[in-house]
Order: sequence, then structure tokens, then C-alpha cells
Amino acid sequence: MSNIPQFLVHSPEDNVGVVVVEDLKAGANMLGVITENNSTLHVTAKHDIPIGHKIALKDLKTGDTCIKYGVDVGRMTGDAKLGEHVHIHNHRTKRW
Amino acid sequence: MAKKATKTAATDKPTSAAASNLSFHGWRRENKRVGVRNHVLILPLDDLSNAACEAVANNIKGTLAIPHAYGRLQFGADLDLHFRTLIGTGSNPNVAAVVVIGIEDGWTDRVVRGIAKTGKPVVGFGLEGHGDIATIAKASYKAKEFLHWASELQREECGIDELWVSTKCGESDTTTGLGSCPTVGNMYDKLIPKGVTGVFGETSEITGGEHIARERAINKAIGDKWFKVWNAYQQDVIEANKVDDLSESQPTKGNIAGGLSSIEEKAMGNLEKIGRNCKYIEVLGPAEEPQAGPGLYYMDTSSAAAECVTLMAAGGWVVHTFPTGQGNVIGNPIVPVIKISANPKTLRTMGEHIDVDVTGILRREQTLDMAGDALIDMIIRTSNGRVTAAEALGHREFSLTKLYRSA
Repeated sequence: MSNIPQFLVHSPEDNVGVVVVEDLKAGANMLGVITENNSTLHVTAKHDIPIGHKIALKDLKTGDTCIKYGVDVGRMTGDAKLGEHVHIHNHRTKRW
Repeated sequence: MAKKATKTAATDKPTSAAASNLSFHGWRRENKRVGVRNHVLILPLDDLSNAACEAVANNIKGTLAIPHAYGRLQFGADLDLHFRTLIGTGSNPNVAAVVVIGIEDGWTDRVVRGIAKTGKPVVGFGLEGHGDIATIAKASYKAKEFLHWASELQREECGIDELWVSTKCGESDTTTGLGSCPTVGNMYDKLIPKGVTGVFGETSEITGGEHIARERAINKAIGDKWFKVWNAYQQDVIEANKVDDLSESQPTKGNIAGGLSSIEEKAMGNLEKIGRNCKYIEVLGPAEEPQAGPGLYYMDTSSAAAECVTLMAAGGWVVHTFPTGQGNVIGNPIVPVIKISANPKTLRTMGEHIDVDVTGILRREQTLDMAGDALIDMIIRTSNGRVTAAEALGHREFSLTKLYRSA
């Protein structure tokens, strides 16, 4: 089995990861790597998710803070369960 | 890069690029600054003079006209910025000599006098009282003389500490924060200690990472100065003019297609460009030339690619490093713009725009240390004369920043 990850995570504190392969389909068992410490994890994709887009690493609810790079990068405006797509339909800035 | 510095991967170790004595071959100008290109520039003072400048550049092959949209009835800080940008562009060490053409003599002379302080050959022509045709003829003779002279100038070996390398990213996505931006950061972490002069900017795009940017100043006074510049833009421009949360503009449609969904997320990726260890030593106004010696600077710029690179070139930077995710195609007329991308889809669909492929970072086949070395290698090769993708494709975006409406 290949060691090439399907998603990467910046920090162990993050609650989202980034898909880094093209054509990822729902149901895929994804290998993830946390780049800060090289540890690995597995998540099953619940949606087809384009390269570069985010997946939830835990069940996120409306109003939750989205953590990436170990910091606050905005608020959830909709729910996303583990392995689901996190993007502009359920995530937005806290600024401006 | 949260509260603590991110650890480097276990496979990262010191490499040849970090350890070796790097040098390149450039043109040492009259004021001792070193350029990596040797342009004879035909510089319009204003929009009205673009046609004459383009005619001169068409007459004299190998000279370069840089048309732009402004220069009439500007006043105050906006006019100061206009002059500073034109004078800085002509003064850039990538430029050997300059012919300035303006609608009238007064402001034309002001730009000529500014560029002449570098000691390089520069001459100006006003159109009024002569017309385009006679002016184009006179200016073409002068441009030809400058071109013959410049074409015999020789490159000489220069130390890496004579190189000024700027950065700004564009059409960012989540892969820029994972790959191409930290590649630039790794480069700065290696080259700033060797005496390279660096610069980053993009004031609006640090929103969400301002606490981190403020802490990366060399001392509290500079950090406070930075915060004042950042906050002034928030209050005077965004809060004063916004009609929504800017989600139609920041992140851009390209950013969103690439997976970014908030300015905070974009800001954190952006800040990866200043690495782990570098501290900025001064905060510059747009197009301002640094006076504090080698090191990393912050310049107050727009986050729009061409405007930002134009301002950094006017500040004196001679090579630009440009991480992109979705594939920004920008170039600059006088500064080679090196594109770096980690997005395999972008490499596949528009790879002709990319100079440094760091897609291996996403596959975990390439460490940041390896990617940083690959970028340093490309900076040296580009400085020695390798044509960038943007140069080969004819990208010469020269975009002036305007602070407010003309009178």
C-alpha cells in the first residue's frame, strides 16, 4: 500500500485537514499526516472532495471555531461530521 | 506555526545550499547596487505618454516601454507615491538606463532628477510644443545610444549578500500554505542570515494572523509600527468602504475554488512565507527604499499581485519569489518573477507558468528543506540569466497603486 497521504493536517490541534489528491471519492479510506510531527491518522471521506478542500477531523457544529495551523480560522455556519466537506457552505470568516 | 514554532520533519537536515558560499553573476551599477537584468527602460510619466514610449521601444529593439494608467492631476500622498514608484522603477538595478517621456517638462524632469541620483544614464522629453513624432525621433536616438552602451556592460561575480529577493503569493489555495509558501520561508530562513535583503507585504491579507505578524518584528517598537499600518488599512479602507464581509473579494474566487474559505485561513498560509526564524527589521511605506541594511522588511502593499510586485520592484528588489496554488500568471517588466507551486492539478493543467515544482511536499516525498534548496538554486540560476516562465510568456504587468481619486 502506498504511503502517499490523501490529506494533510498542519497541527495536532486542528479540527480540519486538507485533501491533497485529485478525484477523491466518498467512501475512500484516507491516510492523513500531521506535518508538524509526522504522525498519521485515517479518516473515511463522506463526500467527493476536490483537491485543496477541507475535511472535518471531528464532528463540527454550527458556531464552532474552525482550527487550522493551530489557530482560529473562522466559524462554522453549518454542521460537518467527521470526514465531511468543510467549505464556504458551512464555514465563514469571523472578521469584517 | 501556532504559539510555538513548528518542528521540522525528522528527515530535514542541513544541506549544501544552506552551508555553501553562494554567489551569482550580476551587473554592479554606478551606486554599487547589483542587478540581474540589464534593461534600457522607456518610462512614461503619465498615461498620455504611453503611445510615444511604445513607439520608441518599437523603433529600438531591445528597449522596453512600460505603459501605465496614471500620472495626471494626482496630489498629496497619492502623487508622492506616483513619483516614488516611477523613480524607484527607473532606479532599480535591473535597469541600466532610462528614457522618460511625459506630457510636459516639469514633472518629467522631476522623475529624471530622481533616477539620476543613482548615477545611471537618464534623459527626459516633454511632448508639449514638439508633438509625438519629433519627440519619438529624438527619444529613439537617445534610446539607441543607451542600448549600445548597456549591451556592452558585463556581469561580474557578486556575493549572495548583494541580492535583494522579494516575495508575495497569489491565487493562493490550501496547497500554498502547505507547500509553496513554507518553501519561500525556508529560503528566507537560510538566506537572510547570509545577508540577503528580503521583503514581504500584503497588508489586508494578514488579517487573522496579525498577532503572529506583530510578534515577528525585531522589537516591540517595530511590531507596534507594523500593527498601526495594518490597523489603519482595516479602519480607513475596509471599514470605510465595505458593503459586506468581503467574501466576494477576499478570499478571491480562485482562492475559494482551491479550498480556502476565510481570510484568517488565507492569512496563515500567507505568513508561511517568512519562515520560522526571520524577524522583520523595519516597516516600509509602499515603494519605499529600505535604509536599515540587509535583513527582512515589511512593505505596506495591496495584496493584488501586480500592484504588490510593482511596489517591491520600485523599492529596489531585483528578484521576486511568487508562490501560487491555483496558478497566478503574473510577471513584471523589470524583475524576474519565479513561480513556485505545490498543486499537482496546476502543474498538470498550466505547468508552463511554474518555475519550481514542489508538489513532492504534498506527497511527503520532498521535505521543506529540499524544497527551499530547490528554490535557492532557481534564484541563483535566474539571477545568472535563466529566463523565468513569466518572462518567456511575456508577462510584464506594471500596475501603479492609487491611493484616492485624482483632482
